[in-house]
Amino acid sequence: MSDVILEVKDLKKYFPIRSGVFQRTIGHVKAVDQISFTMKRGETLGLVGESGCGKSTAGRTIIRLYDKTEGHVLYNGRDIHQLPPKELRKLRPKMQYVFQDPFSSLNPRVKVGEAIGEAVVDHGLCSKAEIREKVLEVLNICGLAPYHYDRYPHEFSGGQRQRIGIARALILQPDFIVLDEPVSALDVSIQAQIINLLSDLQQQQNLTYLFISHDLSVVEHICSSVAVMYLGSIVEMASRDELFKNPLHPYTKALLSAVPIPDPTITRERIFLKGDIPSPANPPQGCKFHTRCPVAADRCRTEVPVYREVGPEHHVACHLV
Amino acid sequence: MSSTLVEFRNLKTYFYTEAGVVQAVNDVSFSIRAGETVCIVGESGCGKSITAMSLMRLIASPPGKIVGGEILFEGRDLLKIKESEMRMIRGNEIAMIFQEPMTSLNPVLTVGDQIMEPLIEHTLLSKSEARKKAIQLIEQVGIPRADQIIDSYPHELSGGMRQRIMIAISLSCDPKLLIADEPTTALDVTIQAQILDLLRQLKKDRNMSLMLITHDLGVVAEMADYVVVMYAGKVIEEGPVKEIFKNPRHPYTKGLLLAKPVIGQRKERLFTIPGQVPNPIGLGENCHYSDRCEHAMDICRASQPALQKDGADSKVACWLYEGEGAK
Repeated sequence: MSDVILEVKDLKKYFPIRSGVFQRTIGHVKAVDQISFTMKRGETLGLVGESGCGKSTAGRTIIRLYDKTEGHVLYNGRDIHQLPPKELRKLRPKMQYVFQDPFSSLNPRVKVGEAIGEAVVDHGLCSKAEIREKVLEVLNICGLAPYHYDRYPHEFSGGQRQRIGIARALILQPDFIVLDEPVSALDVSIQAQIINLLSDLQQQQNLTYLFISHDLSVVEHICSSVAVMYLGSIVEMASRDELFKNPLHPYTKALLSAVPIPDPTITRERIFLKGDIPSPANPPQGCKFHTRCPVAADRCRTEVPVYREVGPEHHVACHLV
Repeated sequence: MSSTLVEFRNLKTYFYTEAGVVQAVNDVSFSIRAGETVCIVGESGCGKSITAMSLMRLIASPPGKIVGGEILFEGRDLLKIKESEMRMIRGNEIAMIFQEPMTSLNPVLTVGDQIMEPLIEHTLLSKSEARKKAIQLIEQVGIPRADQIIDSYPHELSGGMRQRIMIAISLSCDPKLLIADEPTTALDVTIQAQILDLLRQLKKDRNMSLMLITHDLGVVAEMADYVVVMYAGKVIEEGPVKEIFKNPRHPYTKGLLLAKPVIGQRKERLFTIPGQVPNPIGLGENCHYSDRCEHAMDICRASQPALQKDGADSKVACWLYEGEGAK
């Protein structure tokens, strides 16, 4: 088996903006605009960026919860956006998604045990007789108790609900899981429990994670490599140590400097970005970041920088690097 | 040391629900000095917001009720004055900004109207003077094109801009105390950095006190002079910010600091505090943290430790530092 599990090539996802009586398309929101990367089996890639940068859309398009606009997503060498529905369905259990909000992603009227077991039965991976046993096993792995099987979602705390979300993905024995902000809604002490659970599961089951987050300190902890997104594009990607020690793109630098460090004795040079993120429906010309970039040159306003390799496995899209 | 502006004395705010009494704030005492930033830290449900709402007397009753204690603001007990007197203080001497800039602005009024409202209510300015002042305020909070922005509606602004408008509203009457309840939680990090910088700057220029409620220890380290750590409705530790981070005393504070991943200090495994926050209904006489505490002793399960002086300007509520636990 090849070492590469996922290959994303020039992936684009545009959402049409419709207006008027006839709902004509008057433009596009370029949520994901030509992103490319590869992931090796067993690694964790962090996808970071601010709200609206397209990181969740990227995650969803990669496992074909959304249809792509252009580009390819190769999962174990097969383009999942070209598979016929039957083939795709067979592949579904292998690619799972854990959602950010553990409150709205569970049906309040379905018992937790049934919610976890539903997909396994649906995919015919297990008979109805065995299902309870299987769910109990997964509950145990995720740090929940057997008596939780017959409870409803409202009886659980945020951290427990996130465990349920993870259990739901895990029961299908996936190889690849997209984790969409799995710990952002949780308190610090609970967050640490979930992060450790995710690390343990990854080691035990050789899982590959795409970890979507805006919290750089969590990303540094859990990810082996990191991609930084801005307005639909990846502006920089490198291994974790490289990116945190030697950030090259001005946006990455600003993002890193903006994270508050819990040590009152440290005073840092902080790079302040001016203004807000421009609308992805109408991104700036040239380099999309030039409107907020502290070091923008004339060239940045007109010419789109090429995303290129500047060091070993270190890619960046900036004219000034 | 400068004078005390606000003093909470044994504040108790309870909520009477069908399921039982929630002791949201249970015997909380601490003070805020003039010109000082005090951060209230704790996890969801620990009572930090309710403490602030009690100070503003904004607790919905029923189900909530302030059942005991005093809140002294410049020596006056805010819990004893008449509602009409409280109205003169609220928004005028004490102002508050909330977590959700999306839902705390009125969507059908322009931001200008909303900034002018407290000015017209609390000062003797005419409408046109108030408008001039509002434009100044919008400029002060770092929004360009203030003369145009004043006539826009909240939905036309981004999250960061809305929070700036909230800050402008709160500053309109030059308050002595600004309460900021998770002001940056809903914002992105680069915007958070802007807003925190703005708050720091404004506080310095105006010599206000700032009561900052947050769960983010990074924000605490950056902003606070003094830190109050709450757990299950009680203050469990308080002290100057450097002391809290360098030498945390309570096991919960230690746990919180260890559980947070920090950039540049990567560990193989994060420290975790086992279990979860106890149900706020029917809390017993034990130390509320004893179920999760690695140092729990018999006495912790039997009775509650009091908040005791510990060091020059710090206090801690833990049996490890008194009685038989003290070494």
